[in-house]
Amino acid sequence: MTNSIAEVVDADAILVIGSNTTETHPVIGAKIRQAVNRGAKLIVAEPREIPLAQQAEIFLPLKPGTNVAFLNGLMNVIINEDLMDEEYVKNRTEGFEELWDIVKEYTPEKVGEICCIDPEDLKAAARIYAKAERAPIFYAMGVTQHSTGTAGVMSVANLALLCGKVGKYGCGVNPLRGQNNVQGACDMGCLPGDYTGYQKVANPEARAKFEKAWGVGLSSRPGLTITEVMDAIESGEVRCLYIMGENPMVSDPNLNHVEHALRSCELLIVQDIFLTETAELADVVLPATCYAEKEGTVTNTERRVQMIRRAVPGPGDSRDDWMILSEIMHRLGYDNEFSSPQEVLEEIARVTPSYGGFSFERLEKVQPQWPCPTPDHPGTPILHVGKFSRGERAIFKPSPCILGAELPDEEYPLILTTGRILYHYHTRTMTGKNEDLNRVVGRSFVEINPTDAAKLGIEDGGRVRVTSRRGEVEVDARVTNRVSEGVIFMPFHFVDGAANRLTNNVVDPIAKIPEYKVCAAKLRAM
Amino acid sequence: MYKVVIDGQPSEVTNGTTILAACEQLGIEIPTLCYLKHLTPEGSCRICVVEVKGARHLQIACATPCTDGMEITTMNERIYAFRHMIIELLLANHHADCFNCSANGSCKLYQYAMDYDVEQTRFEEVTKFRPKDESSEFFNYDPSKCILCRRCVRTCNQLQSNHTLSLKNRGVATWVGLPFDKLFKDSNCVSCGNCVSVCPTGALTTKASKKYRSWEVTKTRTTCPYCGVGCQMDLLVKNGKIVGVEPADGPANSNLLCVKGKFAYRFINHPDRLKTPLVRKNGVLTSTSWDEALDYVAEGIKRIKAESGPDAIAGFASARATNEDNYVFMKMMRAAIGTNNVDHCARL
Repeated sequence: MTNSIAEVVDADAILVIGSNTTETHPVIGAKIRQAVNRGAKLIVAEPREIPLAQQAEIFLPLKPGTNVAFLNGLMNVIINEDLMDEEYVKNRTEGFEELWDIVKEYTPEKVGEICCIDPEDLKAAARIYAKAERAPIFYAMGVTQHSTGTAGVMSVANLALLCGKVGKYGCGVNPLRGQNNVQGACDMGCLPGDYTGYQKVANPEARAKFEKAWGVGLSSRPGLTITEVMDAIESGEVRCLYIMGENPMVSDPNLNHVEHALRSCELLIVQDIFLTETAELADVVLPATCYAEKEGTVTNTERRVQMIRRAVPGPGDSRDDWMILSEIMHRLGYDNEFSSPQEVLEEIARVTPSYGGFSFERLEKVQPQWPCPTPDHPGTPILHVGKFSRGERAIFKPSPCILGAELPDEEYPLILTTGRILYHYHTRTMTGKNEDLNRVVGRSFVEINPTDAAKLGIEDGGRVRVTSRRGEVEVDARVTNRVSEGVIFMPFHFVDGAANRLTNNVVDPIAKIPEYKVCAAKLRAM
Repeated sequence: MYKVVIDGQPSEVTNGTTILAACEQLGIEIPTLCYLKHLTPEGSCRICVVEVKGARHLQIACATPCTDGMEITTMNERIYAFRHMIIELLLANHHADCFNCSANGSCKLYQYAMDYDVEQTRFEEVTKFRPKDESSEFFNYDPSKCILCRRCVRTCNQLQSNHTLSLKNRGVATWVGLPFDKLFKDSNCVSCGNCVSVCPTGALTTKASKKYRSWEVTKTRTTCPYCGVGCQMDLLVKNGKIVGVEPADGPANSNLLCVKGKFAYRFINHPDRLKTPLVRKNGVLTSTSWDEALDYVAEGIKRIKAESGPDAIAGFASARATNEDNYVFMKMMRAAIGTNNVDHCARL
């Protein structure tokens, strides 16, 4: 997030796109509702009528895969109606002409057709957002998990820049990060092209810096992303895969392909707290402690670094992840000097400018947001104030709307979109062990519009078979107006009736994010 | 800044500071029931009364702003008698079977009854109460324990903004209920448990709380392990096991949690947790020692690296592990193995 969570309650208008906030980030969802209680106008653009839609001033049920058209449409209205922040665009941005070249095509009427929304609603939404003094945009995987996810994110940023809402209190471009430490895992350089703090592997200076800090030569060859690794295992290029605390056998797209890859991997090492579906396929399984059994730091979606602390001992012979890894490094002939997570954070702070000001001692008292370069720096609640990371001016990166890679056709007439629900988390490795949660929602399901259901002879609660080009699963049907005609939704949490047996593993060419939010599917009553 | 004098101690407060906040600054404790930091003060329970020089009536500390030159007394016979009366009145409408109550040990009403020497109420006690609602998977509601402080109602409406709980009826017939007298399980309740966390008595209690008393547990402040909001919370530990979770006033969550943060902690003590390393032998994952497992991993990595180079090895770090764990993982892949094939589920 460019801004802080606490600011949302002071907002005048809020745009939520591609995020079912009250279910996936419930406490931020509650704060958005607090703002609405105080009079903020809420705009929700989502394929499903999510709980927040009930409080929305305007709800725009976008057809899945049309975010870029919608955002371009908002900008078209804002520019045509002279609602843009001309001063800001003139002084702090470049590339406006290129932006206009693309968004001028996206008239409300055309966007209405692409997105299946009322052009008047689009205009009203554009006016509310542009005229509001304080207006944050919140988005999540509904924007990113597309084969054009990068274009979606860029378009969100274009919109905020056009209205002068970056680098300002109560505004900003605010991605809601999914997992408790997904921000931190990115910050720590667990990305194929980045060292810590987004220092690039491709940059010889950064590489030289880490070579010096670690006392070894480092590879300049860019690494592979998760989806690329799966393909590389199948081609024999990758022979060993080490997985720490992840469960690709539920979370990755096109599971039949993933399963085949993991089964054919010569040496599969899994380090986890349970024998997950992925661990079951492993050659070696290493037992780790969980968050309640160890010390360390995690970084939340607003870039705030906070502590986790040991409350109970780990079970049996389980060990902290960093200790296991250090042991393996030792056996590989590389010795770390760490005797505690505290010392690991000290090294992180030394090699990572944005984390330079963090230490356990300080985090006991305050929990600043990065960038926080020095121990006396207060942290950065709002990014890009007065200056962008690339310099004085931000650059518009416009894109035309390119629809999903696999669209409905005669054989697979429905759009399948996937997501999370309130009562479970990711692959249920943790939440699935709580019987009370399982009693509330214990099985996979598919949401289908009553009109489609009637056509297919599907009843609420009945079993159905969902099929895509990659697989098929059986689940319960939930007949509901939450989804529009032609669209079905499935949660991806469940092993039995796994949505990811169906999803498409096509990825965005830049971010390499899979298109979980759009694929073609068909349904049949059992 | 206003100058005030509290119990003879002079103090300075900013404009708008309530008497309660001014007392807190001086470390003077005032009893409260309906007051909660993140809610607008309601002043309905009146247990926080204090005496203000020149004022005819006692004033409620939670909702009365300080004025310049205000002289405040926080305890005298008049205040004591007033608070004593309030507790008696509350007890007349409270099913005081404390032996059987989950809030035993953490009940504020019980605490104040002890503090103000209320052994029994002089008023005729209500004996007929609304039925319990134990339909939620996560918590119980017993209207006979409710003192109508409305913390739950205001938390549900103002903070969680879910509008499940409301006050019903008027006067002595007032109670906290759900629309159309629905049960929790049939309502729009999202099981966040924030009403439970703020209840000062045993009216709203977690299903697990009967098995521990507040003095038996230690609290460990930590960050919720689920989504990326970063809610702060306290793990309650009894005999080496997590028995409950309470929200804390973190910068991101301001005392709120969701159903997962509040209730989904049982995986920690789950019998299926991995307890020893496993190595596949004759096709079966078999328990083994750390030394054997770590050697197996290291030898395997070394062999494949020697045969096919470091890029034949790939690693997925974890968005559920700490920064420190992820840093060491990344360092292992890059410095010890020599590949940039390191990624995690940020995109998934």
